[in-house]
Amino acid sequence: MSGLIKSSIARKVAMALSALFLIIFLLLHFSVNFISVFSEDVFNEASHFMGTNPLVQFLMQPILIVGVVFHFVMGFVLEAKNKAARPVKYTKYSGGENASWMSRNMLVSGAVILAFLVLHFYDFWVHEITVKYVEGDMSGLIPGTEHLRYYEEMHEKFADPIRVAFYCLGFVLLSLHLLHGFQSAFQSMGIRKFRNVIVKLGNIYAIVIPLGFIFIALFHFITK
Amino acid sequence: MNLTLKIWRQKDSKAKGQMVDYKVTDISEHMSFLEMMDVLNEGLVAKGEEPVAFDHDCREGICGMCSLQINGEPHGPDRGITTCQLHMRMFKDGDTIVIEPWRAAAFPVIKDLIVDRTAFERIQQAGGYISVNTSGNTQDANAIPISKEAADKAMDAATCIGCGACVAACKNASAMLFTSAKVSQFALLPQGRVEATDRVMNMVKQMDLEGFGNCTNTGACEVECPKGISLENIARMNREYLAASVAKS
Amino acid sequence: MAILDSKVPKGPIKDKWTTYKDKINLVNPANKRHIDVIVVGTGLAGGSAAATLAELGYNVKAFAYQDSPRRAHSIAAQGGINAAKNYMGDGDSNYRLFYDTVKGGDYRSREANVYRLAEVSANIIDQCVAQGVPFARDYGGLLDNRSFGGVLVSRTFYAKGQTGQQLLLGAYSAMNRQIARGKIDMYNRHEMLDVVKVDGKARGIIARNLVTGEIERHSAHAVVIATGGYGNVYFLSTNAMGSNATAAWKIHKKGAFFANPCFTQIHPTCIPRTGDYQSKLTLMSESLRNDGRIWVPAKLEDAKALQEGRLKPTQIAEEDRDYYLERRYPAFGNLVPRDVASRAAKERCDAGYGVNATGEAVYLDFAAAIERYGKEQAKIHNISNPSKQKIYDLGKAIVEAKYGNLFQMYEKIVDENPYETPMMIYPATHYTMGGVWVDYNLMTTVPGLYCIGEANFSDHGANRLGASALMQGLADGYFVLPYTIGDYLSHEIRTGKIPTDSPEFDEAEKAVKDRIEFFITNKGSHSVDYYHKKLGKIMWEKCGMSRNEKGLKEAIAEIKALREEFWKEVKVPGGSDELNPELEKAGRVADFLELGELFAMDALNRNESCGGHFREESVELDGEQKGEAKRNDAEYAYVAAWEYKGEPSDSVLHKEQLEFKDIELKQRSYK
Repeated sequence: MSGLIKSSIARKVAMALSALFLIIFLLLHFSVNFISVFSEDVFNEASHFMGTNPLVQFLMQPILIVGVVFHFVMGFVLEAKNKAARPVKYTKYSGGENASWMSRNMLVSGAVILAFLVLHFYDFWVHEITVKYVEGDMSGLIPGTEHLRYYEEMHEKFADPIRVAFYCLGFVLLSLHLLHGFQSAFQSMGIRKFRNVIVKLGNIYAIVIPLGFIFIALFHFITK
Repeated sequence: MNLTLKIWRQKDSKAKGQMVDYKVTDISEHMSFLEMMDVLNEGLVAKGEEPVAFDHDCREGICGMCSLQINGEPHGPDRGITTCQLHMRMFKDGDTIVIEPWRAAAFPVIKDLIVDRTAFERIQQAGGYISVNTSGNTQDANAIPISKEAADKAMDAATCIGCGACVAACKNASAMLFTSAKVSQFALLPQGRVEATDRVMNMVKQMDLEGFGNCTNTGACEVECPKGISLENIARMNREYLAASVAKS
Repeated sequence: MAILDSKVPKGPIKDKWTTYKDKINLVNPANKRHIDVIVVGTGLAGGSAAATLAELGYNVKAFAYQDSPRRAHSIAAQGGINAAKNYMGDGDSNYRLFYDTVKGGDYRSREANVYRLAEVSANIIDQCVAQGVPFARDYGGLLDNRSFGGVLVSRTFYAKGQTGQQLLLGAYSAMNRQIARGKIDMYNRHEMLDVVKVDGKARGIIARNLVTGEIERHSAHAVVIATGGYGNVYFLSTNAMGSNATAAWKIHKKGAFFANPCFTQIHPTCIPRTGDYQSKLTLMSESLRNDGRIWVPAKLEDAKALQEGRLKPTQIAEEDRDYYLERRYPAFGNLVPRDVASRAAKERCDAGYGVNATGEAVYLDFAAAIERYGKEQAKIHNISNPSKQKIYDLGKAIVEAKYGNLFQMYEKIVDENPYETPMMIYPATHYTMGGVWVDYNLMTTVPGLYCIGEANFSDHGANRLGASALMQGLADGYFVLPYTIGDYLSHEIRTGKIPTDSPEFDEAEKAVKDRIEFFITNKGSHSVDYYHKKLGKIMWEKCGMSRNEKGLKEAIAEIKALREEFWKEVKVPGGSDELNPELEKAGRVADFLELGELFAMDALNRNESCGGHFREESVELDGEQKGEAKRNDAEYAYVAAWEYKGEPSDSVLHKEQLEFKDIELKQRSYK
């Protein structure tokens, strides 16, 4: 089993597993967010549940954070190792002739996504933690009202065109990241069965989900 | 046609190398790329200069000796061929061609365009074989039927010529395609199953020790492989490796 | 002739090998650990021998000039490997394989050796399958066979068009296993530059590390040479660029006789030369002749127009084409053996009918096959009144399925679509049947010095059949040498380690160093290739597909003169203590320049036409076979083994008379 931790294949599989976990999370996140387009109330209810349920808060949230951190750290570690495998660079390297831009620039797309995540955490997660665990307000209500605060808060954030633009950029890069990453995760785990289906599904996912997020952001920007 | 060549020159493994410009004239489009290099070298010898050292042998695309990064691609711009099968008609009069050795920590330069690929040898020695002695009374060749599909797939993997283009093309200098081709060939045949667990563990371990990079599934290796070895082999090796890790633990 | 003892065991031919093995001396396992064997060359013969000797327990040192044993030129063999398995149930047997091989070799091989080869052929297939060689299989999961030129049964096992590659990788994997066990010390990028004899026995070699230039001494109790053929004496051949005769020639100069150097195989279907820059020739599988029709224009003016590019082959009317093989050999047509097809192409081209700019090419045309297959397919698919285009499309699909990869290779090299315009082909040097003389044990005339595979004078007589080279290389390495060498080594168990500080090693090393020093310091005017190309031209023109006394005498004088000029005027850039490809080539070409002369002498001596050796003086003068090769069994049924005496011209001829007890000598007829 020790080989599994040290070997290049094991590292790749770990990347793939964390990626698949994040892909599932992203789908869930998207589903909740998408509700906001249809119904303010349902969205508020769902958000409140996610934000206060102890299972979600104290089991799933830490796992998610670990997953995210692992995926990023491992991504950077692998990149460093891979760079070291070619200490002398080519003067001319025509990578575009034999591999897609997405596959060759997972680090670039990943880094942009990381920057996006920093903003995203600052916007929502830090705020949530502050309200709930620092200030101790677990009610989820807009102070002095009977209304849940989540929809309102999101609506407000997306009023800022610069923020929306940056979010959209993040999603485009996420899309590029997924265009390679989705099918790559299956390849890393040795899954070649239904290859065509996986590739197609991956492409659909990689385009639909980020596009959906962009739509949500623009929706709130426009309806403000 | 007349061409400008930018070629990596390096006296030996310890020396510092640099790109040097050369001009070649009257190159026929029917020449192979290496014949063009012969013309360059003949000219250099005539001038009393040292010719450019490059690996080559069979010149028919099977020995795997030739190994040039041409204009940023292993074995040049054409597909499904080695450098010795590349013809000058792929280039135009007045072109500048950049010629470099394979670049990888595991493939140190020996001289000019020649690199040391013995890392591949050590990977093979770590398990790229079936332990059978030459006795003269091995069981009959037809004793174990093997499905045509398995035999054909094993053959497809076995056509690897060990040239190293996969490593050269990969942005991570990964040797996964090479290693997986051998692992796959034996994994697909009943004769190879007996030692399959140890084989994949040992070969991957050696591959990592040699300092090749990790596979990030860009697929560049498959595109550049002169023999069209499929990424499917890498997936198979990943499966074999996971199964072996579980079996070993 | 007592000097040449073939050591063929007594008894009926079917029992010779078995009985011999039963009585041969063996070395016990504990003693094998104290015995060293050097194997030079790691192709099919050397690789399989090294692996097997190491399995047995000997300490093996193996040498290859490439960066890996896997690159030896055995890898380029396409078609297949013969074995008398009779899996097809078509009447094959050891005797039939033996018979076909002796007959195909035009009765110039040693019966007992060939029978042994046929006998062990089946074991080779078993061994290779056990190693994981992915031979082609049928849908039932059993091994598939194909038929090959000149025989009546299907006995050729194959792995796509890369059989040599797969067999070599099999031997290579067996070697890797022994390298990992520490039983083989592998010396890649090393070239043997001399053999060392102590008290008359081969005791080691002098090798150059091609990367550092260091001259190394390696000792052993026996030395095995498996360095392939000398086809590159012609400069242009289907051999690899580095294929050379240096090891074989060095041992010849140290006392190993060189046999039948004039027996070379010129393969008829190679891609023609396009210019003086050409570095090598590419073979197209012989199987193409099953469907292709070979022709040249019937009119000289058409040929001239083709040569000047004023006419396209498709513009030449059917009645203006000369299908010369079908015309001359109605019975076999385009499927005559390699030597006959090659000579016929040369004859037409010499007469001015060649079809490319150099005038050295003939057409191999698939138009008729495409049409024939197309019509057949139309019938099968019940298409009535198919259009011309439909027939072409249907036929092309069949031809593509059969030869697609070859057509593609042709198109890459020549840049012409062979479906639309006929292929151009011309003969090229491919294999050398001659080589170092060995006895039944595969030992040369030097005790303890063995020679296997293409490097020895071999089992193929004057002409080799398709798919037999792989068989012989592996038979020698896996199943013959490992037994026979034990007989010799059983007397070496008390010898102990051979020291490398003896005067014999000093002397050999000095000679090697002196020669290198000469090359490096000689400030000549011409490159090595300049001389190699000149030698090749002499060899091709005067010792090529057809030879005569006048030409051979001229060749001897010209090669001698060229050699003298070479030693005065050769220019080798770079130093001796670094990787220096020009220096490597210089040593090899120096040896070719001697071998070439002996080659011509041998060809001059053999005033008969047999197999690949065609003497214009020895042809049938009348009757049905008029103009065809005439063998002379009364005077030349012997192996010509040459002893080196200081200069090629001083070489002494020894004859090993060939006896045919189990096969009747017949003339080959293809009319």
